[in-house]
Amino acid sequence: MVTAIGRRAAGEPWNDPDARPYVELRRVTKKFGEFTAVDDVSLKIYEREVFCLLGASGCGKTTLLRMLGGFESPTAGRILIDGEDVTDVPPYERPVNMMFQSYALFPHMNVEQNVAFGLKQDRLPKAVIRERVAAMLEMVQLGEYAKRKVGQLSGGQRQRVALARALVKRPKVLLLDEPLGALDKKLRERTQFELIGLQDKLGVTFLVVTHDQEEAMTLASRIGVMDRGTIAQAGTPAEIYEFPNSRFVADFIGSVNLFEGRLVEDEPEFVRIDSAELGGTILVGHGISSAPEAALWAALRPEKITMSRGAPPQTDNVTRGIVQDVAYLGDLSIYVVRLATGKLVRVTRPNTARHAEPVERDGEVYLSWDAASPVVVTR
Amino acid sequence: MRRLLRRLEGTRVSSRGLVVALPYLWLIAFFVAPFLIVLKISFSHAALAIPPYKPLVVWTSRSVLEIRLDLRNYLAMFAHRLYGDAFLNSLKVAFLSTVFSLAIGYPMAYGIARAGARARNILLLLVVLPFWTSQLLRIYAWVGLFKANGLINETLISLGVIHQPLTLLFTPFAMYVGIVYSYLPYVILPLYANLEKLDWQLVEAAQDLGCRPWQAFYKVTLPLSRNGIVAASMLVFIPATGEFVIPTLLGGPNSLMMGRILWDEFFSNRDWPVASAIAIVMLLVLVPCMMAYLRIQSRGSDS
Repeated sequence: MVTAIGRRAAGEPWNDPDARPYVELRRVTKKFGEFTAVDDVSLKIYEREVFCLLGASGCGKTTLLRMLGGFESPTAGRILIDGEDVTDVPPYERPVNMMFQSYALFPHMNVEQNVAFGLKQDRLPKAVIRERVAAMLEMVQLGEYAKRKVGQLSGGQRQRVALARALVKRPKVLLLDEPLGALDKKLRERTQFELIGLQDKLGVTFLVVTHDQEEAMTLASRIGVMDRGTIAQAGTPAEIYEFPNSRFVADFIGSVNLFEGRLVEDEPEFVRIDSAELGGTILVGHGISSAPEAALWAALRPEKITMSRGAPPQTDNVTRGIVQDVAYLGDLSIYVVRLATGKLVRVTRPNTARHAEPVERDGEVYLSWDAASPVVVTR
Repeated sequence: MRRLLRRLEGTRVSSRGLVVALPYLWLIAFFVAPFLIVLKISFSHAALAIPPYKPLVVWTSRSVLEIRLDLRNYLAMFAHRLYGDAFLNSLKVAFLSTVFSLAIGYPMAYGIARAGARARNILLLLVVLPFWTSQLLRIYAWVGLFKANGLINETLISLGVIHQPLTLLFTPFAMYVGIVYSYLPYVILPLYANLEKLDWQLVEAAQDLGCRPWQAFYKVTLPLSRNGIVAASMLVFIPATGEFVIPTLLGGPNSLMMGRILWDEFFSNRDWPVASAIAIVMLLVLVPCMMAYLRIQSRGSDS
């Protein structure tokens, strides 16, 4: 997975208690009848950030975005943009623009008219409009398509028109609803980087809604993982991936092996967890704060497990199993290993050499990992 | 083998031809043929005979086939102001009825299209419901409402708003009410079909880009519902031009319209040729309207 942290939102304003948030949600709740779509969410987003709301469909991420756009008003809570309370400001007066999932391009206008629409609405002088539209179209590489009807464009071109139309108004925050969802995989990858480049150049704060974790990882300075109307965890892509705070987050981002167990040794520098699922103990190289008898899980990413046919030298964090399934994906292979307890463990291994030591189905292997690899989650 | 294939191919072509031919046959039998008969009669002249006009094609005694095209009916229509006035009046009534119907029908169609799925079906049913009663009965119901001792006057008098009954029946007002009322479903249904397909996100996008709700309506919803507006207009304008029943029952003697004159010429005057000529001229006016409509529609689907 590609991440591009550190490129945007210079420094880490979210770790600075004095930093002024650019977008702030204060205890925002949205109910549709009996259904609570967004449940008491508080969130701070900083200037020039690319914040991704990531979650499965129905988790409330789109409702949150629509509340920022002004298309839904919160049942409770306040929304602030650049220090101003915009909770009751209608969409046409908010300093934000939205890029809709369906792009929502006006079919009765050509590319240029679509992009100029918002500027005309602001009654800017004609010359200014012409100049800004031309510059924007150049920036998204659609200069030659200015006079084309929207219906004559490809999916990727439409996406860029939608982006240009929203950005040309120079919003304080650009809201993007599944910006790459309608593009095919190759185009999506390329567009991700174009989007980052554009954001870098214009310095606009982006709030992206997506269900695609790879997209979130690539675009985001920070990710907010949403679950049933709440933000389960917010952090940089690396934080979310390496230090998930719950089974939900660990499982949602990438894949993970979870071993349920209980604490048998609790030291400030390390802990030892006895897991019946593993049939042994797991040494975790960091201390945790948890009640002694509470249930907990050790989360272990598949790529952090080393697989070998011979016994590894270490004594901790080793187990054995039978390879049950092998999936060859080209760049890497996925192995499903059945432990003596019946637990299936997922292991990935990059295919660095063309003819690496073959691990075949039904073969016996040792699995081992570093004490720094597992993460303990308590919920 | 090859011959067999060719033959099979041949039958396929002919069966396809048959499928295409059926609607053509229908149109020829029930549209083109009657039209040609009307056209023929329009070039004839009234006579005391059965049928009541002079034949167009005559065998003369010297074995000569004579075709007589009598243009007097058409010329008469230009000679007498009555026809021209009635014609202009018909177009005016049709035009104003169309405008009123759109003004009332558009908001209704919009409301239905934006209503929830369940409310939508009920509302649509209510729009179509009047169709289950004969149109004549519905117009008579309006007579009952409008007449001097009708429901409207009685109510207003009993409430003390007026002391003398208002003249409502046999006024242009009553006629427009009748026409708009009768044709409203024809406006609502195509507009609804159009607005229902409209992507509401476009309206949201317009608002996002700085449009107040009415501006978004004017710049996005209205232009995108153009096809629906054109279809609805045609469905009112064309039949309203030839409308006969409503002007007669509600409009009174002063509402001289083509449909009425046609009726009088045909039934009271028994002058089939003049009636046919009127029908042909009406067709000549309305067909270009229809073609303009089709053109706008096809252009609309390009974009």
